[in-house]
Amino acid sequence: MRRLSILLAAPVLALMLTAAEPPAAPDRPLNDPAQEARAQALFKDVRCVVCQHEAIADSPAGVAGDMRRLIREEIASGASDQAVRDDLVRRFGDYILFTPPVRAGTWLLWFGPFALAALALLVLMVRARRGSAEAEPLSPDEERRLQDILANEKLRRDLDATSPHDGR
Amino acid sequence: MIAELGAFALSLALALSILQTALSAAGRARRSPVLTGAAQGAALAAAGAVALSFAALIYAFVVSDFSVSNVAANSHTDKPMLYKVAGAWGSHEGSLLLWCLVLTVFGGALARARGLPFGLKASAVAVQGALGSLFLAFAVFTSSPFTRLDPAPFQGASLNPLLQDPALAVHPPLLYAGYVGFSVCFSLAVAALIEGRAQTAFWPAWGRWVRPWALASWAFLTVGITLGSFWAYYELGWGGWWFWDPVENASFMPWLAGAALLHSAVVTERRGALAGWTVFLALLAFSFSMLGAFLVRSGVLTSVHAFAVDPQRGLMLLAILGITAGAAFALFAWRAPQLKGGGLFAPVSREGALVLNNLFLTAAAATVLLGTLYPLILEAASGATISVGPPYFAATFVPLMTVAFIILPAGPLLAWKRGDLPGAMQRLAVAAGLALVSALAAYALWEPRKAFAAAGVGLGAWLILGSLAEVAERARLFRASGAETLRRLKGLPLGAWGMSLAHLGLGVFILGAVVETGFKAEAARALSLGSSVSAGPWTVTLDQVRVVEGPNYLAEQGRLTVRPSDDRGRAKTVTAERRFFPAGGQTTTEVGLDFRGLDDVYVVMGERAGTPEQPAWVVRLYWNPWARLIFLGPMIMAFGGLLSLLDRRLRLGVGPRRRKTA
Repeated sequence: MRRLSILLAAPVLALMLTAAEPPAAPDRPLNDPAQEARAQALFKDVRCVVCQHEAIADSPAGVAGDMRRLIREEIASGASDQAVRDDLVRRFGDYILFTPPVRAGTWLLWFGPFALAALALLVLMVRARRGSAEAEPLSPDEERRLQDILANEKLRRDLDATSPHDGR
Repeated sequence: MIAELGAFALSLALALSILQTALSAAGRARRSPVLTGAAQGAALAAAGAVALSFAALIYAFVVSDFSVSNVAANSHTDKPMLYKVAGAWGSHEGSLLLWCLVLTVFGGALARARGLPFGLKASAVAVQGALGSLFLAFAVFTSSPFTRLDPAPFQGASLNPLLQDPALAVHPPLLYAGYVGFSVCFSLAVAALIEGRAQTAFWPAWGRWVRPWALASWAFLTVGITLGSFWAYYELGWGGWWFWDPVENASFMPWLAGAALLHSAVVTERRGALAGWTVFLALLAFSFSMLGAFLVRSGVLTSVHAFAVDPQRGLMLLAILGITAGAAFALFAWRAPQLKGGGLFAPVSREGALVLNNLFLTAAAATVLLGTLYPLILEAASGATISVGPPYFAATFVPLMTVAFIILPAGPLLAWKRGDLPGAMQRLAVAAGLALVSALAAYALWEPRKAFAAAGVGLGAWLILGSLAEVAERARLFRASGAETLRRLKGLPLGAWGMSLAHLGLGVFILGAVVETGFKAEAARALSLGSSVSAGPWTVTLDQVRVVEGPNYLAEQGRLTVRPSDDRGRAKTVTAERRFFPAGGQTTTEVGLDFRGLDDVYVVMGERAGTPEQPAWVVRLYWNPWARLIFLGPMIMAFGGLLSLLDRRLRLGVGPRRRKTA
């Protein structure tokens, strides 16, 4: 909020007081549309350092404008996307990119949810298989209980609600 | 005087909540309906006391009583009345009071609920009272909105102008109704862990009791999040509607857990299975709500939505979270192994599909949780700072949910216990074929060609058509006579309509999100009067700029003409403003929105450029195709939730619902 107030209020205040202050120049897109598209894609991944949680693509802050110009210059001079990213990380640290790096410290972040899903699927599959495997041979005792249950079923229509099995 | 009354009522509510807990617990232990009845009375009285306190705060805002420091900090005499009232929940203290209001009103509704067994209800009322006591104590002792200022200032500092917006005025009450509504699910879950013996018959009934609360909270939260997103879309003037901002994530986690809870509670209700898992999700949903409250209010996160509050109070919120969630999950770990679920089911069955739904929803919630907390944890542990933003969620959250969405339409077509997958697929063949055609058409016809966006269009179509196919199947469309189909449609329970609508709304949302993200275009130029800028198929011309005076702001208002670049179609005039609020020295943008069918043409007036002789203004133009669907879809989902809530089967167990007053 403070950023907004400082950066945005200044030009309007100037207008209100009619004291002309040179306003920030608007962005000048690159001439090559393909290069400009690459630049736009990069802007979405670069964090504005003075903002709350915005990419420089969205931010009206002056610093964001400077960074957009810097990235456009690098791209115009022939740098690859990766080179631009590496350069940014070298200058500002990992913090500057909205894509966190993949390294030992962030494996949990990147792969944790997939590992969780895979593990849960595995457990479900094992259970399903064990469930069906165990269901086949019944001991004589179990056979008697089954007969009891089947006999009861005729009396109690709603077998589902009170089934003595626990689903495991 | 009124403020003192408010402060007194708040303290009274705290005392009543403590009483509620003590009486209900004692009544449960002694099996005394007199004591539990008194506890229920205390719960209603606590809700009344907080309501009185809240009314006192609103009154102080309405009359601009600047001797109350919260009013002085957040209001101004020039502010329109709607925002004076909304200012009551625009600050940490006021919104915490709103939180307590929703918590106690839901507590009162729980106390009035009929059909719950004695022990379960007494325990649940006691737990709900304990939650109320903790949050009310936090409000009374650290965050009272009724603190006086001496001497009182003549004028207030005004509410942040970004928050002076109709959508944002109603967004917090709805959001909190959702967040805090999950507290009842939490209380019922803890009560079930205390009470639920090994009786298998208990769990289907419990599933039926917990479902309406989960449905209502989830529907409120859906609307609340959508309004917040819509606000960000047109008020911040960045053209975006979801930024994976930590505070957005904080509201999204309880939503995901709540969505999982809804589905899992169906299995518990209908089949008695997954009881432990449903209890776990009920605990998780409200724990996520409390986590969100901590994140937003503690200052550990930086976000445009966050309240700036000192870390000390944040620490106390963390303590509340630790105590309640810690105790509840410890109880869960202790009792869960004894939980007896019900019916067996084959992997391919309605239950199996719902289990998969839960698996992916939970994994998706895990990505949001990790993405939000990981930077904090990593920095605390190793000092390394990273940022987690949209690219991370696109690589983790999106694929997980995509798998869930592919499975989704098959679920409702599978029978309980043992489903017929080939049969379900056969019944979905038409929907799948049409979805594939839409994906191919989107790929072939829309420039520039985007494979991912086209696949997303297919996915959205799959969900919409799949929901329709499910309704058609239930109505035996084309397989029975027209009269028979109509009769069947009329006979469909509201819950079935609700489910189909919610799934259809999800598809509508996906269509909007995918097309907007994939094909939007933007341009920015410094325009002098009469010059134009183009984006996508639209051209915007700046016609006129004038200074206008609002109730509490001055604005530069641009009148712009929007017309199709190929001149085939009507031209329309929009106004966009840049507002300056002298009270706080802040500037906001008022976006000019031209609704064109499903598309938005979105115009932002920027700062002045050019020379004094030839003035110019930086105008940013966004073409957001199908953006309308992004906000329409969730509204359809919430409406589906509401329909399910009105289903007689759910209404029976709970009795008359007073909680709508929230």
